[in-house]
Amino acid sequence: MPRRDDIKTILLIGAGPIVIGQACEFDYSGTQACRVLREEGYRVVLANSNPATIMTDPDFADATYIEPLDADVLERIIERERPDAVLPTLGGQTALNLAMELHRRGTIGAPGTPEMIGANAEAISTAEDRENFKAAMIEIGLEVPQSGVAHDMVESREVLGRIGLPVVIRPAYILGGKGTGIASTPEEFERIASNGLAASPIGEILIEASIAGWKEYELEVMRDRADNCVIICSIENVDPMGVHTGDSITVAPAQTLSDVEYQAMRDAAFACIRRVGVETGGSNVQFALNPTDGTMVVIEMNPRVSRSSALASKATGFPIAKIAARLAVGYTLDEIPNDITKKTPASFEPTIDYVVTKVPRWAFEKFPGTPAVLGTQMQSVGEAMAIGRTFPESLQKALRSLEQGRAGLNCDLAEAAMESLDDDELGVRVAVATPDRIFAVETALRRGWGIDRVHETCRIDPWFLDQILMISEEREALAGLTSADQPDRRVWRRAKRLGFSDAQLAYLWGMGETEVRAARLAAGVAPTFKTVDTCAAEFAAETPYHYSTWEDETEVRPSDRPKVIILGSGPNRIGQGIEFDYSCVHASFALGDAGFETVMVNCNPETVSTDYDTSDRLYFEPLTYEDTMSVIEAEQASGEVVGVIVALGGQTPLKLADQLPRELVLGTSPASIDLAEDRDRWNALCARLEIPQPAGGTATDLAGAQAICDRIGFPALVRPSYVLGGRAMEIVYDDEGLAAAMANLVGLSGLGREGGLSAERPVLVDRFLEDATEVDVDAIRDHTGEVIIGGIMEHVEEAGVHSGDSACVIPPVSLGPGTLAVIEEHTRRIAEALDVRGLINVQYAVKRAPGSPDAAQVFVIEANPRASRTVPFVAKATGVPLVKVAARVMCGATLEALRGEGLLCPPVAGDHIAVKEAVLPFSRFPDADALLGPEMRSTGEVMGIDLTFGLAFAKSQLAAGDRMPTSGTVFLSLADRDKATGLRAAQRFAEIGFRLAATEGTARFLAEGGVVVDRIVAKVGAEAGRHDGEGADAVELISSGQIDVVVNSPRGRGPRADGSYIRAAAGRHGIPLMTTAAAALAAANGIADTMAHSPTVRTLQEYHAGVRRP
Amino acid sequence: MGHDMIGGRTVREATLVLADGSVFEGELFGAEPEGGITTGEVVFNTVMSGYQEVISDPSYAGQIVTFTTSHLGNYGTTPVDDEASRVWCRGVVLREMARRRSSWRADGDLDSYLRNAGIAAIGAVDTRRLTRIIRDHGAMPGAFGAASVDELSAAVAAARTTDGCDLVGEVTTRSAYDVAGNTARRVVAIDCGIKTTILRCLSDIAEVTVVPSGATAAEILAIAPDGVFISNGPGDPAAVAQVPDTLRDLLGEVPIFGICMGNQMLGTALGGRTYKLPFGHHGGNHPVRDPSTGRVEITSQNHNYCVDLTGVAEVEVTHLNLNDGTLEGFRSTRHAAFAVQYHPEAGPGPHDSRYLFTRFADLIDANR
Repeated sequence: MPRRDDIKTILLIGAGPIVIGQACEFDYSGTQACRVLREEGYRVVLANSNPATIMTDPDFADATYIEPLDADVLERIIERERPDAVLPTLGGQTALNLAMELHRRGTIGAPGTPEMIGANAEAISTAEDRENFKAAMIEIGLEVPQSGVAHDMVESREVLGRIGLPVVIRPAYILGGKGTGIASTPEEFERIASNGLAASPIGEILIEASIAGWKEYELEVMRDRADNCVIICSIENVDPMGVHTGDSITVAPAQTLSDVEYQAMRDAAFACIRRVGVETGGSNVQFALNPTDGTMVVIEMNPRVSRSSALASKATGFPIAKIAARLAVGYTLDEIPNDITKKTPASFEPTIDYVVTKVPRWAFEKFPGTPAVLGTQMQSVGEAMAIGRTFPESLQKALRSLEQGRAGLNCDLAEAAMESLDDDELGVRVAVATPDRIFAVETALRRGWGIDRVHETCRIDPWFLDQILMISEEREALAGLTSADQPDRRVWRRAKRLGFSDAQLAYLWGMGETEVRAARLAAGVAPTFKTVDTCAAEFAAETPYHYSTWEDETEVRPSDRPKVIILGSGPNRIGQGIEFDYSCVHASFALGDAGFETVMVNCNPETVSTDYDTSDRLYFEPLTYEDTMSVIEAEQASGEVVGVIVALGGQTPLKLADQLPRELVLGTSPASIDLAEDRDRWNALCARLEIPQPAGGTATDLAGAQAICDRIGFPALVRPSYVLGGRAMEIVYDDEGLAAAMANLVGLSGLGREGGLSAERPVLVDRFLEDATEVDVDAIRDHTGEVIIGGIMEHVEEAGVHSGDSACVIPPVSLGPGTLAVIEEHTRRIAEALDVRGLINVQYAVKRAPGSPDAAQVFVIEANPRASRTVPFVAKATGVPLVKVAARVMCGATLEALRGEGLLCPPVAGDHIAVKEAVLPFSRFPDADALLGPEMRSTGEVMGIDLTFGLAFAKSQLAAGDRMPTSGTVFLSLADRDKATGLRAAQRFAEIGFRLAATEGTARFLAEGGVVVDRIVAKVGAEAGRHDGEGADAVELISSGQIDVVVNSPRGRGPRADGSYIRAAAGRHGIPLMTTAAAALAAANGIADTMAHSPTVRTLQEYHAGVRRP
Repeated sequence: MGHDMIGGRTVREATLVLADGSVFEGELFGAEPEGGITTGEVVFNTVMSGYQEVISDPSYAGQIVTFTTSHLGNYGTTPVDDEASRVWCRGVVLREMARRRSSWRADGDLDSYLRNAGIAAIGAVDTRRLTRIIRDHGAMPGAFGAASVDELSAAVAAARTTDGCDLVGEVTTRSAYDVAGNTARRVVAIDCGIKTTILRCLSDIAEVTVVPSGATAAEILAIAPDGVFISNGPGDPAAVAQVPDTLRDLLGEVPIFGICMGNQMLGTALGGRTYKLPFGHHGGNHPVRDPSTGRVEITSQNHNYCVDLTGVAEVEVTHLNLNDGTLEGFRSTRHAAFAVQYHPEAGPGPHDSRYLFTRFADLIDANR
């Protein structure tokens, strides 16, 4: 069937900010969809609040709305754009839920309104509503776990009475298993069921018999309008049922299914998609299999492109999102060519001749109080994927891809933690699913526990365990060799084929990694590069998508254009996510346009950078020294390599800069990168430039840190060097705090696993400037010395909150022109002094004299000669493609020349103001305190854009998930240092009609400032202090719905003080929470502006053309 | 060359040599080859599951099967998955042989299965390199074993492909036998190397009598069948003498359904010819379209030869391969007869095409 021509305009709903359970895979899918639909000649309207995405680049859609993903907002977009169809299946659960809300309102999917394509409302509701889904599966003869649905605790207990413990509890309409859990005791049941009811947007949970320990599988299915169905990929979870699939180590293809079982599963998946009624596109169906008798049950189905679809696409080379978009507009599978072979159609099932392993990456260390135990609720923040010819090889590659200080499956320094455990402790580590379980499993196998005992303990399939045992046995054999034995080619090859890295062998043999490498190369053992081609080499592949392995033949083809290798940013983590992938992708686009052949190296399956058509060549490889060098050598052997870009992928490639051949590092030299990182040399530089810095110094132990604090005084900011995202950064107010911070840094809970402290990696101790405004600047300098300022961002929260967690605004709203000129001048001089070639980000703290915006002192905090997290936001706000310009500059172009080409344009003129707000995952970690601090903890960001700061800020809050009320009661509890700003915020709230509630101390202070508090609230838990009639405390008021906004600014990050109970209550009840007075003031202004203006939506293209305030 | 202990297991080093001179290192699994060397025509199969079904498929007689998938033997073996009472392929080439199986269905492991069947395998081979050679240069003879490269090269030089070989006579049953089934119909199945899964599918629609490939039309008609089925089988269809004649005699007498070699036999009987594909179709993911409905089925395939119906009257193409456009199925517009080149019974492979057995039953019923 041909393309539908009854449709002209299609609204694509994006997935919004990166959150746990919904990461950049939806940028990958949305970007593919935008490209395809425009290629097909449709007018594409895109709605997505996430500025760090490729899809929100203004040239990917005809109309790009960076607006909050909210039903009211989408209605306004629909009213304005009048699309013929809405495509909701490529924007994750967010898009699906929004589409369902719009359908309920009658805005889409009804006669005379835009049609829903991809999946209709009935199909979505059949798949998403757990009760409907189970009934549908039973109807077509598939087995499902015994279960019941409940809408309150009474119903829940009735269902439990029927099924019996243990049970799994799953809220309806949620993503990433939020609110899901396994209950084995009545107490656990009460807690998980009530949390689940609260987590479900419709207050519904499914309670089902637990099948923990069964084998878990997923099939990726595609269906077209003619009812042709294909399976793109089978995925088997190494971790059995009980661990969320997003938190499981998974492999593709399925390894322990016989064809008889696989075909039965395939038939069931087709029956499922047909019954649910997903007419076109991709879906994923999850199954569990009883390992003792093969009983198969259907667990769930996602009627949309999912995280697993992204994994399946990268694992097979089959572009699921692209094909799904084509199917949605009417094509059938056999009408679409397979991009990789060009000659065969998309209506086939990929077959692969390698093993793909995905390992999640977690961030428990960022959320103290949260146990690092995995369960049915997804908690990982990113993942790495690796390809090898066998499972052991791909597993070891995946583990070293995680960049958590591991060189593979143990056999490295970090294994000491497991080695030191006695058998009882080790048994617990094997039994309980945690991020480290796989390492415990290998340790137990190496101790000779035997496969059966380990299997009994962890339920991981014996086949996987035997494969791991092969690694252990090979290690023992290799350990018996000494360097004098000179392992021959066969020994090297066998070790390498099991995935051992040079770093592991170096550890084993007590040598340096470079020595191992030299010995290996001397023995003639180098990796070969194979191709991901969807067809196991049956047909010739046109697309150079490679992975390394240890075979006879390499498939890298010669090239005739000069090549640039771009090192990506690895797995998503807090502090390093989609923003850096955006930069790598932009570099690839710009350099491709300039005639270079672009070569991408990355190991993150969720990203646009790992799409086979983003760069000319793709290497899906770990970003380690060994793996990166192998790619560089393979590319040098096949043509001219101009250089390697290390400055765009965040800390991951930057850390490699020192080890790579110097002459190949493009842009700012490794020496300059080091100069900016080395505290003493950086201080000397600032002194020479006469740019003020907060007083400070470096230390490698507590005594050193104390000596610095004696000199500079408290409060002090303590942070390690060479980390991103403020890892382990703290503000300390006294000696005790300093000692605790230093202990944390050397301990395992802090940086130990990332390498710990050393003379090369000291701790930075600086005077912390209270009440200062933080400012971020992104700039570019070329080799002639010209510097352009990309953007100056003023942070909303004061200095001390990590820049990644702070809201910020372009242009600055409270800094005077004099201050801005000083900041620009400092930036230019720093860029010059560091001889920057490309991007630089400089952070400042501005300490203002009261009353005069220009009588301010500007301190430089730090400079990083690389792409920053804010670059995509700046580019969206200003219309200047900063990374594209920077990539060209790194390859030798001048800014002048790029201006001539038209690539470098002046920032757009217009009155718009853009606010970036961080999105935090506290609801996933209910035991962690929801406080902002110097350590970054946000997973993603949104952008609000409008013509006043208040409107832009209010949009950013709505986009981040906080709907600001326009009336009601604000509860304030302010730390002393926040009270001045807090007073202004309280005044503003009062002016616009809010009632104020406050604790006694805050109320007294506000009264002194002339603001009357309507209600005095008791201190939390202060029963004894309560007088008659004084009433409830803040937690009780929040819980009973009497508070609409909470402002709670704590001093430092303390133990569980009453503030933490207030914040937890706000989080639990979904009440907007501001933890800084500055944010409260911004919110009050935002609410005021929202009330004064009628809401509007505008496209990014309009803003870039220049919109003036009326 | 030598023996080496890894993880408590003796590694038997081995080498594979192809007719074009390519040499591959590997390790020996399964049985010791007779005379130390295994020879055969090297083909590759791209299925990711179903190794036992492939290895025991009689259509692989005379061939060495290379599996492109990385791991083999993971879920062991079970008699239930055998496609014949013995293994017919000459040898197996693979990348990674499982040491330990894991499946509730299994009662043995693949290495022992091969040893018991007297079949040698070579593992740890860069099977992707091998596959690319065959893809580019066509199926060719190969030899593997613990022998020297020179000895293996000599063995390859003496080996031949399946061109011109009538292997059907080798694999067919020596005497007729019955398979109990649906009593609504009676089908005679001409065994050119029939797979157990085909018998299972046929018995769903009929009681089946399996006859040797040499059975004449008269002998078959004497059984009074409601339909005749002609099975898959190994080797060069052009070299199979008697079966097309038998079919010509049966056309018009009784409804006929053929699979794979059966497709080639029916095509020949109707006046077509067969030709060899460069490296054949061996896998479980080939898209086939029925031009009349536009429906696409993902099929299990295992053939080296294809039917050319150019100039043949009164036939209609019913199925085409979407990868290379080759003929995958046709029917006679004059007689009640149809055939497909691929394997609707699966075993291994997808079940998308099992409707063809129902179509056969319907054809039988319409012609009674």
